[in-house]
Amino acid sequence: MQPDRHGHFGPYGGRFVPETLMPALFELETAYRRLHRQPEFRRELAWYLQEYVGRPTPLYFARQLTAALGGPKIYLKREDLAHTGAHKINNTIGQGLLARRMGKKRLIAETGAGQHGVATATVAALLGLECDIFMGTEDIRRQRLNVIRMELLGARVISVASGSCTLKDAMNEAIRDWVTNVRHTHYVIGSVAGPHPYPMMVRDFQAVIGREAKAQVKQQTGRLPTCLVACVGGGSNAMGLFYPFLHDPVRFVGVEAAGHGLHTGHHSATLVAGTVGVLHGSLSYLLQDPWGNIQEAHSLAPGLDYPGVGPQHSFFKDTGRAEYQAVTDDEALAGFKLLAKTEGILPALESAHAIAWLQLNSRRFNPEDVVIINLSGRGDKDVEAVSAVLSGTQPAT
Amino acid sequence: MKRIAAVFRHLGERGEKALIPFITAGDPDLETSYQLALQMAAQGADILELGVPFSDPLADGPTIQAASNRAIRNGVHLEDVLQLAGRLRAASPMPLVLMGYYNPVLQYGLARTARMAAENGVDGVIIPDLPPEEAGAWRREALAAGVAPVLLAAPTSGLKRIQRLAALTRGFLYYVSVTGITGARSQLPPELQDELQEVRRRVKCPLAVGFGIASPEQVKMLAPYVDGVVVGSAIVQRVAKLRGQELLKEVGDFVAALKNPLRGG
Repeated sequence: MQPDRHGHFGPYGGRFVPETLMPALFELETAYRRLHRQPEFRRELAWYLQEYVGRPTPLYFARQLTAALGGPKIYLKREDLAHTGAHKINNTIGQGLLARRMGKKRLIAETGAGQHGVATATVAALLGLECDIFMGTEDIRRQRLNVIRMELLGARVISVASGSCTLKDAMNEAIRDWVTNVRHTHYVIGSVAGPHPYPMMVRDFQAVIGREAKAQVKQQTGRLPTCLVACVGGGSNAMGLFYPFLHDPVRFVGVEAAGHGLHTGHHSATLVAGTVGVLHGSLSYLLQDPWGNIQEAHSLAPGLDYPGVGPQHSFFKDTGRAEYQAVTDDEALAGFKLLAKTEGILPALESAHAIAWLQLNSRRFNPEDVVIINLSGRGDKDVEAVSAVLSGTQPAT
Repeated sequence: MKRIAAVFRHLGERGEKALIPFITAGDPDLETSYQLALQMAAQGADILELGVPFSDPLADGPTIQAASNRAIRNGVHLEDVLQLAGRLRAASPMPLVLMGYYNPVLQYGLARTARMAAENGVDGVIIPDLPPEEAGAWRREALAAGVAPVLLAAPTSGLKRIQRLAALTRGFLYYVSVTGITGARSQLPPELQDELQEVRRRVKCPLAVGFGIASPEQVKMLAPYVDGVVVGSAIVQRVAKLRGQELLKEVGDFVAALKNPLRGG
């Protein structure tokens, strides 16, 4: 489904930004609509995705995990095997090529877990563009390894010490930079969030996940999957997997971060527990107080630590096309350990939320059901944080 | 809405321009905001812009971000700002314009915000993250209540869009002086005067310029091209530093100095 002329999915989405950015959003939308249909641009993008990113990523039948849970047949879409270790690169390659065609000399991005920052810095290095990454001081502490990676790739990491010092605040600062440098800078938003055309454009770039998975699952099982499961922060890996199955009889489950538990208020479960409002350029569900101030989110997984969510997910929630549930930090850690021990794969803490959901719900499926989990990223970045929590030297903050 | 038009008309007849100072309501507390507003009115402010605190002010630089945070920590929200406006209206005829982000307005309710604004003597509302493409519902409510939905125009807008914005705005058109966020600047863009001249030629409604303007010299430089000048961060910086009578005197003197180059003759 396409959004309306002003970027609305039902009531959600739109462009709620300072006037200074409106012309840049029009320019971006025009360039995107023109280029993404152009055969030459599509060939260039396809070439980079295959030769540089390493696509298609495998759809892996997780035999041991399937046996351990005793529920449905479980397939993992291995986005963790994409270059830089997460699905984020699908989008940054697309936006990087677009920015270069638009004559922009500089890329900026916000990052939480650091995966989107690394993917943007990678593409900037590849395409010879300048790159500044905005990251909250709290996330810089939690994701040290990714900070080093970004710097080695030639990007400048700008620490953001306002608000909760996490992803939301990094995005505020990135938007402020863009307002100031909009003439020569392209803002690479990392999720299906932000003002139109980002939710549509990022979805389209990430839809390669679902297109591949659909062909692969048909080839391997001869049928469509029963259910797709993906974690949801802003929601780009989930939307990328779901979208190509939109008109198929396939169940969509988006798993949000319940943090310390929904009842504690320390969580990032925007769709499960939030209300409708405007943040970062679009109308969507968000975590806010009754006066409309945005509340701090919490998750052990920095990539999910965000009080907003992409507008098309809000639309899916209201229409019932997708269901959204939340798992806690502790449940996600159990999922992390389970996948490591059964399959020899360390998932990103974000993706571990999707594993955890299936761990908790596998009994509700039949053995002939086929479930695809989007393994959106690898867990190397989280090893320090996970070992600190597991050894008890540091509480799950 | 009528009060804003009357101010520009009266000033115009005298060859004067409007000084539009900005403070964040509730920074450091609502009583100080009240005193500051009346002090500024006495010292030459023609229209007052009252900032509504918001947790994520993405068009604002560090000065107004910090002011907004101080006010939020005091528990100040939209309803308090509306009540402050009501108190000010009872004490002064100076037009009041609220400047606040969309989400607090949306949560309070569009119709309720417009109605309460009108009841408390608010003349206009500026919502910096609500471009006209998304403003339909708010404009209907504001206009029905008699509150001016004031639009911003930016250096990136282009003349064609600026003409459209000028046709839609009420009260005045707020031209953003810099491609950027709010915050006092020692240097304004060298092309700003040419831009304003160009905009002035094509726009019939009152035109105000703001963002970055911090000194009487800058006000003097811009005065010939516009009907009003907005000064925000440079005042808020003073509010952050001083207290009590010292603060009132300092801000009063500063406002008087800013107004000087805007007087006719």
